[in-house]
Amino acid sequence: MLKYILKRLLIMAVTLWIIVTLTFVLMVSIPGSPLNEERGTNETVQKNLEAHYNLDEPYHIQYLLYLKSIVTLDFGPSIKQPNQTVNDLLGRGFPISFELGIVTILVAVFSGIILGIVAALKHNGIIDYMAMSLAVLGISIPNFVLATLLIQQLAVKYEIFPVATWSSPAHMVLPIIALATGPMAIIARLTRSTMLEVLTQDYIKMARAKGLSPWKIVFKHALKNALMPVVTIMGTLLAGILTGTFVIEKIFAIPGMGKYFVESINQRDYPVIMGTTVFYSAFLIFMLFLVDIAYGILDPRIKIHKKGGES
Amino acid sequence: MKVANKIETAHSPAEIPNDWFTWKETDKEAAEVVSRPSLSYWQDAWKRLVKNKLAMAGLVFLVLLTIMAIFGPIISPYTVDKTNLPNQFQPPSGDHWFGTDSLGRDVFTRTWFGARISLFVGLMAALIDFTIGIIYGGISGYKGGRADNIMMRIIEILYGLPYLLVVILLLVVLGPSLGTIILALTVTGWVGMARIVRGQVLQIKNYEFVLASRSFGTKTSRIIRKNLIPNTMGPIIVQMTLTVPSAIFAEAFLSFLGLGIQSPHASWGMMANDALGAILSGHWWTLFFPAFFISFTMFAFNVLGDGLQDALDPKLRK
Repeated sequence: MLKYILKRLLIMAVTLWIIVTLTFVLMVSIPGSPLNEERGTNETVQKNLEAHYNLDEPYHIQYLLYLKSIVTLDFGPSIKQPNQTVNDLLGRGFPISFELGIVTILVAVFSGIILGIVAALKHNGIIDYMAMSLAVLGISIPNFVLATLLIQQLAVKYEIFPVATWSSPAHMVLPIIALATGPMAIIARLTRSTMLEVLTQDYIKMARAKGLSPWKIVFKHALKNALMPVVTIMGTLLAGILTGTFVIEKIFAIPGMGKYFVESINQRDYPVIMGTTVFYSAFLIFMLFLVDIAYGILDPRIKIHKKGGES
Repeated sequence: MKVANKIETAHSPAEIPNDWFTWKETDKEAAEVVSRPSLSYWQDAWKRLVKNKLAMAGLVFLVLLTIMAIFGPIISPYTVDKTNLPNQFQPPSGDHWFGTDSLGRDVFTRTWFGARISLFVGLMAALIDFTIGIIYGGISGYKGGRADNIMMRIIEILYGLPYLLVVILLLVVLGPSLGTIILALTVTGWVGMARIVRGQVLQIKNYEFVLASRSFGTKTSRIIRKNLIPNTMGPIIVQMTLTVPSAIFAEAFLSFLGLGIQSPHASWGMMANDALGAILSGHWWTLFFPAFFISFTMFAFNVLGDGLQDALDPKLRK
């Protein structure tokens, strides 16, 4: 187990290093200097600015300085928003995005599992077909389309929910529905198919023969084993939800990390793009790591210390 | 028990005379008669796919979409980028079947142009993933040992990279265009395919027919081409049908963020993004058509992929 964790940590480090290097290549390969747009600066000011951002150093020194700033978690100043550092933006935006993300995951996991169980128990019945049609639709409709439709129908036409900003629980309903539908559908399909498989196993027949209540069979015996695949795809789902927050926050004008990120892309605010990408990547890679470890601990059939990774 | 006793008391086996038995002629030919036509793997899979109504509906939708993507812009009297400001926000009518957008451009023409972009991006991404994945996964799985170990470590590292973040980063560097979008989508996209091919090859290379082939002295390249790849095709095709919608989604997503195809060209994601402001003022058609076609194209590929998964799985063969 320890050996596996160490190996995974090493791979994480390499993956992160690739991201950091990619962002550095991004910075130096932008045509011209990031400061070029400042009109009316004379040469001395330009020089001073370059010195201030270490742009006058050769590339390898810049690279080392950049690595150092990443390690010390100092992502530097924003170019387009004066007197703002990337850390300021992260500090302001991340808690909101995190809140949105956590609630979305909870909603997606619970509703997805319940939908999957119901579909599996009513296998080939009308409820099953309805739940699975809903799931395929949920996977097929992109979250930004769903978000716009929700706004148009529920906010503009019928004025049930308020939109824009992040000030009350009512404001959270539509963004969370838009963001959670896709992952919910994936979880529902997965839960259904593993649940169907588990329900045919001998120990379930045994439990039924013993006279346990159906409720107990499903929730105490079957579900525990049916949920393992859901744990494995949590990493991918997290990545999807995280990138989903970019568009959702943009559409609903939620002042989270995603909104700043999209703005920085549109304004070509390179330090913000770089800092946010590195931050997001580190966050996601760490989450994937946690999911993997959790999987190893939860599933007794996996002996990760014997042979690392999947086969 | 009772019956057995009775027989035993009647006759012990040795006492049964031979003339009690008559020789029954067996018709050896009849035993070999094939009662239904022999089906190859692909014929059988196709038969089962046709029975899956939802998957067939998806297939029909995709065929129609492809036809419209090719001919739609040709039959339309409007061009994709011709703006006509006095004509903005026309609702769907005989002149403009899908209405016009904020710049007076014909939504009908732009929708089919978007279909071209989406289908092209999706198919190219799937094709490139397929090519790289099959070569990389095939070699890794077949060689095994040290080579496999190193190749798998590389995959593990690439797999950890957050897909869309890398794509966004690459597009910021390379600048958005059709070529760079496909490049960015495939730089790390092939990893999933390579993993699937490798897993399949690992499993199949130990089967007896491969051993037989090898004992005849068949060359490695021929074993990979003739024995391994055809037998791994099922899961690979399924993976390809599922790559297409995810690439289409990624393209729409990027266009929505302003990193995709640039105006005056049209893509569904871009049209949806442009429509964001317009639907608040009630011009629903600017959003409806691109949104409908993104969703239904992805839906069609998803159900087709599901159907193929069932049809190509030999274990489900009746």
